[in-house]
Amino acid sequence: MYVQAASGIGKMTTTIRLQREPFDTAKEIAALTRSRTDIGAVVTFTGICRTDENGESITALNLEHYPDMAEAEIGRHIEAARQRWPLLGVTVIHRYGRIAPGEGIVLVVTASRHREAAFAAAEFLMDYLKTRAPFWKQVEKPGGKTGDKIWVEAKASDDTAAERWGGR
Amino acid sequence: MKVRYFAWVRERVGKTEEDIDPPAGVATIGDLVSWLARQGEGYAYAFENPNVVRSAIDKRHVRPDARIAGASEIAFFPPMTGG
Repeated sequence: MYVQAASGIGKMTTTIRLQREPFDTAKEIAALTRSRTDIGAVVTFTGICRTDENGESITALNLEHYPDMAEAEIGRHIEAARQRWPLLGVTVIHRYGRIAPGEGIVLVVTASRHREAAFAAAEFLMDYLKTRAPFWKQVEKPGGKTGDKIWVEAKASDDTAAERWGGR
Repeated sequence: MKVRYFAWVRERVGKTEEDIDPPAGVATIGDLVSWLARQGEGYAYAFENPNVVRSAIDKRHVRPDARIAGASEIAFFPPMTGG
């Protein structure tokens, strides 16, 4: 776990966590807003493992990641978001390892005085996490053996979503 | 320098990481990809479409024209599918 208080207008709290375990969204919101009265808006995005991928049912996702780079890359995008919007806090949690349908994969929490910055920053961070954070999903199919695991292909629509924020 | 491989690039190469000593003349990521692709069947398969494989130098994304001099860790991986 890595916690950093950045300088700037208002105190911004940044938390980045890469973990195998599930996360608790309510707990993370509480941690971000605890003993603060300057935050007026909190937005959360949770990416959840579905039971299907490309129309076929799956039993689980397995996520591989590049640990040090993932943390650094997420940190760089949070810094870019902070320069763009008046944020008071950001928490990003990304899981790795085996994730079953219904479980959370990624959590982004953004906090600001007003909702516009929190909404926009959450969307911006997710668009970049999808295309730039070094994580790779593999699907497990029902009755499949280890050799039947299939890597999920990157979607062009995710690149398009990230590009709308301007070249970075 | 250390090279790390992830996801299907790792599976095709058959290693998670290795120390390499490319010959003089291998100056950029693109040069390194061409050189690695000649190091055996697994490498050739991993880098069969060099435009698909992404790369990083010292934990930052780079393009194929990035110079590798001074790099301590280079990584190759497929397009990312996190989030």
